[in-house]
Amino acid sequence: MTDKAHTTVVIDPVTRIEGHAKITLHLNEAGRVEDARFHVTQFRGFEKFCEGRPFSEMPSLMARICGICPVSHLIASAKACDQLLAVRIPPTADKLRRIFGLAQVVQSHALSFFYLSSPDLLLGMDADPASAHIFGVFEKRPEVARQGIRLRQFGQQIIQRLGGKRIHPAWVVPGGVSEPLSAENRDAILSAIPEAQQIATQTLEWFKSTRENFREEISTFGNFPSLFMGMVKPDGGLTFYDGHVRVADESRKIVADNLDPRNYSDYIGEKVESWTYLKSTYYKPSGWLDGIYRVGPLARLNVADRIGTPLANQELAEFHELQRTAALSSFYYHHARLIEILYCVERLAELLEDPEILSKHVRAFATPNAFEGVGACEAPRGTLIHHYKIDEHGIMRWCNLIIATGHNGLAMNRSILQVAKHFVNGEKIDPSMLNRVEAVIRAYDPCLSCSTHAAGQMPLRIQLVAADGRIVDELVFPEG
Amino acid sequence: MNAAAGVKTLRIDERDFSARADETILEVARQNGIFIPTLCELKGLSEVGACRLCLVEVKNSNRLLPACVTRVEEGMEITTNSQRLERYRRSILELLFTERNHICSVCVSNGHCELQSLAQKLGMDHVHFPYRYPKAQVDASHPRFLVDHNRCILCSRCVRVCDEVEGAHTWDVKGRGINTQIISDLDQPWGSSETCTGCGKCVHVCPTGALSEKGRSVAEMMKRRQFLPYLTLMREDRE
Repeated sequence: MTDKAHTTVVIDPVTRIEGHAKITLHLNEAGRVEDARFHVTQFRGFEKFCEGRPFSEMPSLMARICGICPVSHLIASAKACDQLLAVRIPPTADKLRRIFGLAQVVQSHALSFFYLSSPDLLLGMDADPASAHIFGVFEKRPEVARQGIRLRQFGQQIIQRLGGKRIHPAWVVPGGVSEPLSAENRDAILSAIPEAQQIATQTLEWFKSTRENFREEISTFGNFPSLFMGMVKPDGGLTFYDGHVRVADESRKIVADNLDPRNYSDYIGEKVESWTYLKSTYYKPSGWLDGIYRVGPLARLNVADRIGTPLANQELAEFHELQRTAALSSFYYHHARLIEILYCVERLAELLEDPEILSKHVRAFATPNAFEGVGACEAPRGTLIHHYKIDEHGIMRWCNLIIATGHNGLAMNRSILQVAKHFVNGEKIDPSMLNRVEAVIRAYDPCLSCSTHAAGQMPLRIQLVAADGRIVDELVFPEG
Repeated sequence: MNAAAGVKTLRIDERDFSARADETILEVARQNGIFIPTLCELKGLSEVGACRLCLVEVKNSNRLLPACVTRVEEGMEITTNSQRLERYRRSILELLFTERNHICSVCVSNGHCELQSLAQKLGMDHVHFPYRYPKAQVDASHPRFLVDHNRCILCSRCVRVCDEVEGAHTWDVKGRGINTQIISDLDQPWGSSETCTGCGKCVHVCPTGALSEKGRSVAEMMKRRQFLPYLTLMREDRE
């Protein structure tokens, strides 16, 4: 039937994600999903407007990219600036930055899991969208909601104790950090660790026990072979602050190892599409599309051989047993996220108990000694790369940012296509079908404001578009 | 004391005061704990009345007068604070914020800036004028300091301290109106200035983040101005 030919469904805005996006699903004559696209609809331009600014402003300027993971931007930026100064930062500053980063991962993962995704997991994918939020979780499982809030608070309070405030602290600076840690703050953080560890362990147990209810989602939520990329320590262990880049394939076989993040452009290609502001990246040796890879919690646990803390390491071993291959389904991002929270809490205790942690020597001073610097770290959502070039006076002349969510651009597109093919059918859109399309995006926990540097109002729209470009049906969340 | 100066009596905010004839309204107000906002004025430097924040109402005068350069007169009746003055002062601050690019959150002087703290103190919670967003430059050619014209409010403290205290007169002002800009020597990069002694006085008297020490990160630039009255005093003693 010609009038039914090639329909497009548009989901705009996508809800319960960080930033703005819309999804279009293209249907063929038979009403089956033929193509799906995840459009990131805003543009911010950080790379451009930092040109002409002194490099020493960069960490704080870059932190403004995001209110959820400013710490990751601070760290990647400060590491790039350390290279411009060509200094070795004091060992205590290195450890304090690690603590800062781990606290950030805990709070960000808690936000993603409890605030954004737990409504899908607890209330069900078919739940009424009007009640599918943290308050809905509060009504049904108040203890889970409360634990999520406590865990996020734990991470945020560490950030505040170290950096002076929870959002956009200016504490991480080129050459180290601006203030040492006080004994009082160290003790306060240490005293909160047992509760955080208990919440992390309990949530992990609960998630594992409910996993079976989501078989259909596991098999369709971005369950496809791809490469995985993440930073690892020299011994192949999980790391968030420093390490080399490793790429593994769908069977966890190492494709490339010991890659220097500074040479990222040798192995990461960047491509701009006309229909999205998200800059998609691909693994260069495999080429565009075949070089599809994933980053973030799932990828980190797929590429890591071990985790350096006892409880999390045990969980990792179990995680590696989930599939005979690597954990391929993006639904497992949630699982990986919980394991990482556990690791962060355990590792925080180790770092804080280090006698050197209270040292007052936390900053190295220098004038710029290099014109180019690349800083990389593992942000909650994946590998984050900041690349700066300055002139002889220390003024920024060029900047390139590769944000975790950008690495996942191709994979997110392929994932929504898979979910949509499985769950969406015909011309009438059922919100529960579409919630699954959104839920797979939530599994990646994309931070679109980071990855595109967007500004404006929040989230998601789904459109059903015919082959002739006609919009047949459309859903907007939140309504109106 | 200058014997010829004599003593004047006047009223400020309905309180009676006596003052030397060579004193300004601002000096008398400060001696008596009355707050009048200022930005261009700095103890130890000459007054220029550039920022107009210290405007006060004087009875029988049909215009507002800048307290920093107006000498006291016998029988003067002065109002330092009224709704009209508050409105004007807030407008002046709003215009300063719109004229260049003052982005407090990522400024080296965040939390230690006179413009920022005055805006807070005077209740400037909105800016009612359109921002101009000029494309101003940063001159980082000096080995130790940098000038960021985005943050400059043209108070001319740097010009005066360099001329009057250091005696180098490296800084000056070029252009007119909206195109006015602080320049070093004959409008050449600061780093190539032959007159600059690198003393840093200009940096420390600057009320905003326009002049700062290189390498300072956001909110790290603390200005130390204790040297100024001390230097002035020492020189007066020698004379």
